Amino acid sequence: MKLTLRVWRQPSPQVKGKMANYHLTDVSEDMSFLEMLDVLNEQLILDGEDPIAFDHDCREGICGSCGLMINGIAHGPEQTTTCQLHMRSFSDGDTIDIEPWRSGGFPVVKDLVVDRSAFDRIISAGGFISAPTGTAPDAHANPVPKVDADAAFDAATCIGCGACVAACPNGSAMLFTAAKVTHLGLLPQGQPERDSRVVKMVAQQDAEDFGGCTNIGECSAVCPKGISMETISRLNHDLLGALRANAVPTS
Amino acid sequence: MATVTTQQAGQSAGANPGPKRQPNTGRFGSSVFKKAVMAVTGIIFVLYLIAHMVGNLKAFAGAETFNSYSEFLRELGEPILPRLTVLTIIRIVLLVAVAAHIWAAFSLWKQAKRARPIAYQTKKRVQQSYASRTMRWGGVILILFIIWHILDLTLGAVNPAGRDSLPYGRLVEGFQNPVVTIWYAVALIALGMHIRHGVWSATQTLGHSNKRRERALNVFATAFAVVLIGGYLLIPFSVLFGIID
Repeated sequence: MKLTLRVWRQPSPQVKGKMANYHLTDVSEDMSFLEMLDVLNEQLILDGEDPIAFDHDCREGICGSCGLMINGIAHGPEQTTTCQLHMRSFSDGDTIDIEPWRSGGFPVVKDLVVDRSAFDRIISAGGFISAPTGTAPDAHANPVPKVDADAAFDAATCIGCGACVAACPNGSAMLFTAAKVTHLGLLPQGQPERDSRVVKMVAQQDAEDFGGCTNIGECSAVCPKGISMETISRLNHDLLGALRANAVPTS
Repeated sequence: MATVTTQQAGQSAGANPGPKRQPNTGRFGSSVFKKAVMAVTGIIFVLYLIAHMVGNLKAFAGAETFNSYSEFLRELGEPILPRLTVLTIIRIVLLVAVAAHIWAAFSLWKQAKRARPIAYQTKKRVQQSYASRTMRWGGVILILFIIWHILDLTLGAVNPAGRDSLPYGRLVEGFQNPVVTIWYAVALIALGMHIRHGVWSATQTLGHSNKRRERALNVFATAFAVVLIGGYLLIPFSVLFGIID
């Protein structure tokens, strides 16, 4: 395959970036999208140019490190992670636009790499349970209804890649925050902090320059784990419940 | 294979100093609270719009019924309450709701602008509806339309029948002009789309949507908007085509 790539190049956060054109020949359709970028980078290194920086780690679709805006769609044309996207999803002669996630909460570090520590701060605001550690409790000590366990697990599959933010016309991180709130809110272990968790996590997501949700649904449509819009409804339900209960978050 | 994605020195994750703002855990600061304001005020508008649409249909019963219905609205609550009391209360509730709806919308709009400081060079839509995408500018069109509509049919200030006319006269003389009818039709279709996304979004915002209901809810929202706007559109076009005269 022959490809023309238009890639966002930005040497540092302070410098204005721009799209740069690259031509690539002999791309195998069995390559993953990241392998195709590896090949391009090897070519750039041989040419004495600065290789394109992009995030990646496991390349198995489970770590959430990789994430690129490919032809205007987060993670590209398939609903999966960028590493699990293969070049067979493209045709010979295609021009592919590659951009980093665009969000006030995800400042560009370099080229296609964005700083997603805003997500970590949302998690540290409340995405945990305060349980004493020690020996593992008996597995049946806390019975969980199957339906709740399934829904909690579905929400827990969120890998925090940030595609929801990237795709959202409002730049909202609500699907991510909602997945975390739902995952803990459905389980008995998550109950003591349920009210303060949702208040603190939503406040943190707002403070991180993410937008508000207007229920458009782009997030769920590009989520590699298919996190449902239902989680956002649960988050809203929990937050309004917490406001009614006058839950004041403990710092 | 050589991997070449290491960050340059001095640009570690520590380069991000964290959020520019302190998280606001107060009751009114959260974006979800603002959405709830939009949802609740939206429900008030929808209830009002249903009553308004049903009232409009009285135009088919003739001038006398229509004009006396208009008078009835002003006398509502009499003789327990003075004339115009109930109507004034409805108007105040609506005005407060409009103010709150616009406040929340602008606040969330501002937040959304901050959330994407640099636009994408290429951005494709995956599943968003036209209605959901046009909520903000649609809302701006609607407020302008509502101002015009009050000046036109409530006050008669911009109506060819003039200020001293009866409601039925204003209705007929106004909509005999095709330009006016088309302007109303465009605004009403914009209203229909606003409601279509609004009904779904309000249910979701108030936490009453789930995977099972999602489909039915979207079908209901579309059907509701079509029926409501259909009811509204009947009147101006009936006037234009001489069914009401």
